[in-house]
Amino acid sequence: MRVLTHNMLSSNIKGVTNGFPLGIEVEKVIEKQVDFNPDFLKNMFIKIEWKALVDASRSLGYDELPEEAPESSVIDSDDFLRKFHHALLELHLEEGALVCPQTGRKFPVNKGIPNMLLHEDEV
Amino acid sequence: MSSRPELKAPPEIFYDDVEARKYTSSSRIIEIQAKLSERALELLALPDDGVPRLLLDIGCGSGLSGETLSENGHQWIGLDISPSMLDIALEREAEGDLLLKDMGQGLGLRSGVIDGAISISAVQWLCNADKSSHEPRLRLKAFFGSLYRCLARGARAVFQVYPESLAQRELILSSAMRAGFAGGVVVDYPHSSKSRKEYLVLTCGPPSINTELPKAKLEDEESCSDDESSGDEENQTVCISDRHRPRKKQKTTKKGKGREWVLKKKEQMRRKGNAVPLDTKYTARKRKARF
Repeated sequence: MRVLTHNMLSSNIKGVTNGFPLGIEVEKVIEKQVDFNPDFLKNMFIKIEWKALVDASRSLGYDELPEEAPESSVIDSDDFLRKFHHALLELHLEEGALVCPQTGRKFPVNKGIPNMLLHEDEV
Repeated sequence: MSSRPELKAPPEIFYDDVEARKYTSSSRIIEIQAKLSERALELLALPDDGVPRLLLDIGCGSGLSGETLSENGHQWIGLDISPSMLDIALEREAEGDLLLKDMGQGLGLRSGVIDGAISISAVQWLCNADKSSHEPRLRLKAFFGSLYRCLARGARAVFQVYPESLAQRELILSSAMRAGFAGGVVVDYPHSSKSRKEYLVLTCGPPSINTELPKAKLEDEESCSDDESSGDEENQTVCISDRHRPRKKQKTTKKGKGREWVLKKKEQMRRKGNAVPLDTKYTARKRKARF
């Protein structure tokens, strides 16, 4: 699972009011090469929750991203886009778990696929 | 297809390792899936500026439909309830991210982040109650509600569905409308029983010019059928292809009727008093090829 997906995903357990962002427990991280596309990244930038992205990429062992969301003038720089690209699309959480921030419920991640199935009493 | 998989077992059980492999190794299914997703993508009507979008593939299965999305350069997130199907998707190296998720439990995605959603032959599964806790109406509501939230304003969702009955289509459509979607059903090839395909085209947001339903595909030259013509003057050319329609095959087993059957018939004839040759080792034996 990429950080991109982590940034979109929230916990939807019944009664949880703020299920975003999910915590990450890391067992194994892998990297995969993905084609670099600046247009897509610029498009994505407005939709990304910056803080969650930085935290997620840090817990996956990549800390090149700035703490604060960059100014719009920086976004066009190639250097920044490369880092953004790497954090967003190339880091994969292969084994581990996602943790609901409110209830602490764990969603196990196996072979890169998070198991987001809820139990009957959580729906 | 006379048997609908929806009627056999819940999706996570029906698509087990065996069925998932069967599904994905059939070149016919792969071709159909590719065609359906191609058309669904077309109906999504994404702006034609070459920028990749973030799409959702609901009921992505083994990633056949996602492949079409990747080929068109888009990023996608796929979700499915069958772990076996997702395993195959991993094997096929699907480029999108996969989630094991039940769409009837809601999607659990952040608001307004997704640029479009497609779903090939999946939504009709929601109309079944497979567990005691399942209530189709509530599951449809949870699904469409969460989908509406996560789609960006003006984004579209296209579902190819095989509704079982009129009531089922009505149920799906009304749940979508209640969630706030505008749109309707596009039926491709409405006069053909085989290639007829239904797409639910939904738009996020109030009805406007952009939410106008796209045109359905009608029978084109290649696949014109000879049934009571649709009244179109140009379409009334005679179809040659119909002459070569395969005849219904005669029902014969390869082996023929066999020695037992011949002996039985001879016995019947004897009882009637007819003159019947004796039973020997040559009775009902096959002739050699050179004869």
